[in-house]
Amino acid sequence: MNDLKDKALPNAVTDLASSPSSRFNLEASDKPYLDSNELIINMGPQHPATHGVLRVILKLDGEKVLGTECVIGYLHRGVEKIAENRTYTMFNPYVDRMDYVAAVSNGLGYCQAVEKLLNIEAPPRANFIRVILTELNRIASHQIWLGTHALDIGAMTPLFYTFRDREEILKIFEKYCGARLTTHAFRIGGCQYELYPGFEKDVKNFLAFFLPKMDEYEALLTGNRIWIDRTKNVGMLSARDAIALGVTGPMLRASGVKWDIRKAIPYANYADFDFEIPIGQNGDTYDRYLVRMQEMRQSCRIIEQAVNGIPEGPIMAKVPKVIKPAVGEIYHSIEAPKGELGYFIVSDGSTQPYRLRVRPPSFVNLQALDIMVRGQLVADVVAVIGTIDIVLGEVDR
Amino acid sequence: MAEESKSQVPPSPDGEPKPATAKPSTPAPAGTTPEKTATPAAQKPAAPAAPKPDTPAPAKPAAAAKPAAPAKPAAPTPLPWTSPMVEKYKKQYGSGLEAQSYLGQNYFTVDRSLIPDFLRLLRDEEQFDYCVDLTAVHYPKREKQFEVFWILYSFPRNERIRVKTQIADGESLPSSFPLWPTADWLEREVYDMFGIKFDGHPNLKRILLPDEWEGFPLRKDYDILHQDKKWVQINLGIESGQ
Repeated sequence: MNDLKDKALPNAVTDLASSPSSRFNLEASDKPYLDSNELIINMGPQHPATHGVLRVILKLDGEKVLGTECVIGYLHRGVEKIAENRTYTMFNPYVDRMDYVAAVSNGLGYCQAVEKLLNIEAPPRANFIRVILTELNRIASHQIWLGTHALDIGAMTPLFYTFRDREEILKIFEKYCGARLTTHAFRIGGCQYELYPGFEKDVKNFLAFFLPKMDEYEALLTGNRIWIDRTKNVGMLSARDAIALGVTGPMLRASGVKWDIRKAIPYANYADFDFEIPIGQNGDTYDRYLVRMQEMRQSCRIIEQAVNGIPEGPIMAKVPKVIKPAVGEIYHSIEAPKGELGYFIVSDGSTQPYRLRVRPPSFVNLQALDIMVRGQLVADVVAVIGTIDIVLGEVDR
Repeated sequence: MAEESKSQVPPSPDGEPKPATAKPSTPAPAGTTPEKTATPAAQKPAAPAAPKPDTPAPAKPAAAAKPAAPAKPAAPTPLPWTSPMVEKYKKQYGSGLEAQSYLGQNYFTVDRSLIPDFLRLLRDEEQFDYCVDLTAVHYPKREKQFEVFWILYSFPRNERIRVKTQIADGESLPSSFPLWPTADWLEREVYDMFGIKFDGHPNLKRILLPDEWEGFPLRKDYDILHQDKKWVQINLGIESGQ
């Protein structure tokens, strides 16, 4: 954390508050008209490169972006309201539908938050299962990011490669809990399902299969001239801006801040595993690419350690049949593939949460879009949306 | 309160039942220890790589049910939270500020009038440079209907705290946008869902719901089946969304 202080922060917007960020609003701006060279265009909500139903209003001068405004909420389902009307157990599957490409992480965060509220801990064996599946899911999520991000920029091959390889992870999920995407793998207090026979072997086979594939992805992109041209110095985000904007996850790390909740505030049994936090230097799209690629390798390291050390024992803690936490409030967050995923739960002593707030990483990270694309070309907007790695199901909840 | 709490300092750390895994041994997980060791502890988390080789036979689930000592296992209660930072602000603000800790998570309950100053101090003096989340809770039966929460984190201290205050319906709060630009969307969401206004916010309008929507869905008097029928009829051309 110290490196943050000593670091000279390049291209920091010194006073974000005074720079007119993300509130480009034609009516409210000082000149309520457009100059003859200015243009407003609408990107989305139905647009292949917005990764879902994101609408971005762009103000352009020729090809240069003068400002953006995100219009979100097209996928708003009122998850937080639903939570207030469901019991703790009933709400569990809903969290999978937020960040649906990283459903396991969502479930982990929610289960741990409720466990914290109940003041119980999952048994060690459950923690190992949780860590393995969550890290597999991190890889799967990053694979989707890589495939779609590369496709947006014009490299079509990685999409097929990553989806092909992601299949192996989904097969493991399917064998473990019957579902591929919205897994609902964990329960409050631990895991519902015991590992199937051959789980360890499947996971080890996957690692042996996947690491060479990583080299394959990197061979396609890391040194690729077109890829570098399209991503280097595109969508710069300084460390200071990233912190001020609450950006977390790989985006924050790519800006040079060595911060990962798995290390800073360890949960489950991450403290037992040996892994690095990859960081970037320039905070550009290329660095974010490198950071996520490194993260996949680190996830493999964690999985490898975990799968070799799964202890025997129960997989469920003693949880009351009716979950009725004491009156109180709790905030718990985990390092989801996209950043800090937090759950803030207020209990009034009944079986339903009085209030459940989800702190979604994509939602907060998306705020940085405006800062990142200002002054860049319109084609870079596509690259930057890809690099933020949003899932609209989570942005809108 | 401050005097009382001193006597209770010892129970508070080990009253937090953290039976399993390595949590207790990590340097200063935000919120688990009253941060006596503010600055020294802050250095440690940067290099926590050293894996704890074997966690002492980490607690069977049964252990979870019998958390250590004084706090009643069934119903954990808020304990007083003491730290140099808390003492300092208690002295400064007196009864307008209360500091407690629930299940190892520390929070301030602050009078509405102190909010602008206090948040600024937390950011500038105490290095809480990252506003994790900003949200509200509705208690329709209370006189002051809303509780508003700021969840703050400090990178240098590796500490997470919450600040909460209570406001009445119709009362507004100063925007934290000048302190933490991330509050931009977070405040818009609170406004969207609860109708709480933030003074000085540059663009306070709905964010998840359509701009013309009426009503604030996360208020308790807004039924889950309720919706803005007029909006649905005009914009979707159907009688009802149900």
